[in-house]
Amino acid sequence: MSDDTQPGLSALDRPNSYIGRSVPRPNLARLLQGRGQYVSDFVLPRMGHVAFVRSPYAHARIVAIDAAEAKRAPGVIAVVTGAELAEVCTPWVGVLSHLKGLKSAPQHAVAVDRACWQGEAIAAVVARTRAAAEDAAELVQVDYEELEPVTDMATALDAGTPVIHPELGDNLAFERRLDAGEVDRAFAEADAVVEASFGFGRHTGVTLEPRAIVADWNPGEGRLTVYQGTQAPHMMQNIIAKHLGLAEPQVRVVCKDVGGSFGIKVHVYADEMAAAALSKLLRRPVKYVADRVESFVTDIHARDHVVQGRIAVMRDGRIGAFEIDDLTGIGPYSMYPRTSAIEANQVVNLVGGPYTCRNYRARARVVFQNKNVMCQYRAVGHPIACSVTEGLVDLAAQAIGMDPVEIRRRNLVRDDAYPTDSASGLKFEALSHHASLDKLVAMMGYDALRAEQVRLREQGVHRGIGFASFIEVTNPSAAFYGVGGARISSQDGATVRLDATGAVVCQSSVTEQGQGAESVIAQVVATSFGVPIERVRVVTGDTDVTPYGGGTWASRAAGIGGEAALQAGKALRENVLSVAGAILQATPKSLDIREGAVVDADTGRERMGLDEIARIAYFRPDTLPAGVQPEFVATRHYVPKKFPFAFTNGIQASYLEVDTDTGFVRLLRHWVVEDCGTVINPQLVDEQIRGGVVQGLGPALFEHCLYDERGQLLNGSMADYLVPMAAEMPDIAVGHVVSPTLESELGAKGAGEAGTAGAAAAVMNAVNDALSPFGTRITDIPITPERVLKALGRV
Amino acid sequence: MEISLTVNGEPVSAAVSPRTHLADFLREELGLTGTHVGCEQGVCGACTVRLDGAIVRGCLVLAVQAEGAEVWTVEGLSDSGEIADLQAAFEARNALQCGYCTPGMLIAADDLLRRESAPSREDIREHLSGNYCRCTGYQAIVDAVETAAKARRGTSA
Repeated sequence: MSDDTQPGLSALDRPNSYIGRSVPRPNLARLLQGRGQYVSDFVLPRMGHVAFVRSPYAHARIVAIDAAEAKRAPGVIAVVTGAELAEVCTPWVGVLSHLKGLKSAPQHAVAVDRACWQGEAIAAVVARTRAAAEDAAELVQVDYEELEPVTDMATALDAGTPVIHPELGDNLAFERRLDAGEVDRAFAEADAVVEASFGFGRHTGVTLEPRAIVADWNPGEGRLTVYQGTQAPHMMQNIIAKHLGLAEPQVRVVCKDVGGSFGIKVHVYADEMAAAALSKLLRRPVKYVADRVESFVTDIHARDHVVQGRIAVMRDGRIGAFEIDDLTGIGPYSMYPRTSAIEANQVVNLVGGPYTCRNYRARARVVFQNKNVMCQYRAVGHPIACSVTEGLVDLAAQAIGMDPVEIRRRNLVRDDAYPTDSASGLKFEALSHHASLDKLVAMMGYDALRAEQVRLREQGVHRGIGFASFIEVTNPSAAFYGVGGARISSQDGATVRLDATGAVVCQSSVTEQGQGAESVIAQVVATSFGVPIERVRVVTGDTDVTPYGGGTWASRAAGIGGEAALQAGKALRENVLSVAGAILQATPKSLDIREGAVVDADTGRERMGLDEIARIAYFRPDTLPAGVQPEFVATRHYVPKKFPFAFTNGIQASYLEVDTDTGFVRLLRHWVVEDCGTVINPQLVDEQIRGGVVQGLGPALFEHCLYDERGQLLNGSMADYLVPMAAEMPDIAVGHVVSPTLESELGAKGAGEAGTAGAAAAVMNAVNDALSPFGTRITDIPITPERVLKALGRV
Repeated sequence: MEISLTVNGEPVSAAVSPRTHLADFLREELGLTGTHVGCEQGVCGACTVRLDGAIVRGCLVLAVQAEGAEVWTVEGLSDSGEIADLQAAFEARNALQCGYCTPGMLIAADDLLRRESAPSREDIREHLSGNYCRCTGYQAIVDAVETAAKARRGTSA
């Protein structure tokens, strides 16, 4: 083994290290020339297109379906009802055993007997073109008997409210309580107690490429090949096989370019399962691409929480206790297989997480309702926990007349206190709240901003500054899903191969969603094996090709997949050097691989190129000494074990202006300091942070899935559902503090979700800072002009 | 209906149904899948193409309306090298993640730079405000367009 422990040379700063360098992503040129391969672009011979007849009612019994006319329509291949499809695809129930008491009802690929939300598929129409399928879908006659919908989560558990799934007994999917420390005593002894109700609107991912799948059942091979925009190919392989009655090796999932995921494309969707089942039923390829309206009514929605929060504080700024009561509505089914209880569970886990306070009481209730399904989306639970925590901390500061920076300084867990844990039991290996806060305050020029704020206030301009400290779950171990019985891998693998010209191919089980996973894997392999990065090609997203693994979610690809790639690269280096040693009559330990050549480890003098050693190994193995068998492929896997999650931390700040006449909020600047451990590619990390922030700013100000009391989505189009566009978004400054995880040699934690975790909290606090002269506050997001004007008493 | 037009410099004739929009025509008839479809309501900008020198939403123009027109898509503009500087700036700045908005974004940005040699960051944000990007948060895109504008000024001066 080459020695990585020589002075000044860790695995990360080897002579040709790419760790910490902003190298461009290898796949950008393809995407820039419009030569990506998205599932939407796929065409296969004999391919049928499916369109779905979807329920116009939030809750209705399906009395009868008459498909006769649709079946006669031009180009139609088949019209299939839920009952017919159930012969090919078994239903599923979205529960996990470690979420005690979580219950849900069986969900079918296409509804059987009853529709439980507006937009649920009632029948599938397959035709030669999508347009023909849509035309025919309009000819399917469905008799519905409308049932009373349950839409208001506040009354979902009331005795008079209908129970959506009578066999479950009530509309409560899950409940969790936590009581740590001495909460009652802390409130009794507090100098001030402040409470507020925080509301979080339902919103959704709006990936620019909608969900898309092409399923190709080949009866001749007995194999189903599924081209899918997914974050978790192996999970999908397992689930599709399971519900279609196939063995896992009969299913291959291929994931090429994906037009945005963000957690939207990590779940099992009924209509995608239907497409796979239809391919098997019809013995030909079937394509389904959601249109935008379908995306709004069937892509998972997120958030939709109302949290009652209470904080106890002493005059010196010490926080005495946090108490929360969270209520969230998840639609009619818990999503499969990750469940819809994870977000509320995370809220309970995360509230108060950055602070030393040990007194914490929480309750979370998760209820069913007749709206679209709700599940994990980027930064699961974090924006809620962060907004509640940081909103309460600011209210506490206001109550005792303390600056928001000062109250955080006095309560954030000290940087030298690690390892430690939170009141809710989260384990922290090494965080940097104070270093992050100090850096942020310096970056933003806090004192000058405050002075500007005061000056402008005198001119009737109302600007606000808001902070949000946060912690973020990354690199999850099996504690997330595996322990609950889900076949969702928490480990990842990498196979690195030296080919006959000295170039390297790495097959990795993480997936590329545009975040740059393939770039990061290439950087790590180039570094640990010792070649110029141009020589490394990374292959992801094919269950026939890559090692088994989890994929890309929960900020895990770089930290877990990256470590597997690092170790695989090292192992291959060892294999190659053992052969080089035999050829060069040197001990392998005295050699190294740098810049694509075998060199003397001491002097760096080149001994032979990798192309030469590959030539000998592959074409002239007869010249090698007896007993030397080159093994120029190495595979390694990695999973974190010491800590269930590698928590990251950071802090965000927002500077904005509230127009008190129109209610509009203008974002002026946004700052983030975050600590994701080793930064493999600074540019990619910064862009993950910025993109994440904007996905938090959207729900803070604009994004909201609006339902009426009958469960009808009122704004299911991009014209009506507002997303952040370039003109409204601010420039975002990003800074870093680096506390590597010592669990892995790479030391990287995740960076994909931190931006989303704290952005809305910073904005809410900034708006309330701006509104403070008016003695009013807003604790519901999105903070629309209407809400601002109402808070000001102007409408 | 029979239509004849020029796409990326090549003459094209085809029979299309009157309801087929230009983006579907380009993607499905001609296999030019670089033009992406995001909302089909003219809001997201993913299907932006150049038609007779102006940028249009491919989903808001019917294929039959393009009769006799000259259409350029990202594939043609890439092969001709016309937007190579913007593409290089996008690559250097990582101004794309999933890449789905990118063809439309490039064509919209090029439209601005053809008309405005020194746009401010606000001008760039305003001009691109009809092109939705869910990944980047826009700042990298604004940076890349700013860089390309500067470079174009440098080479034309």
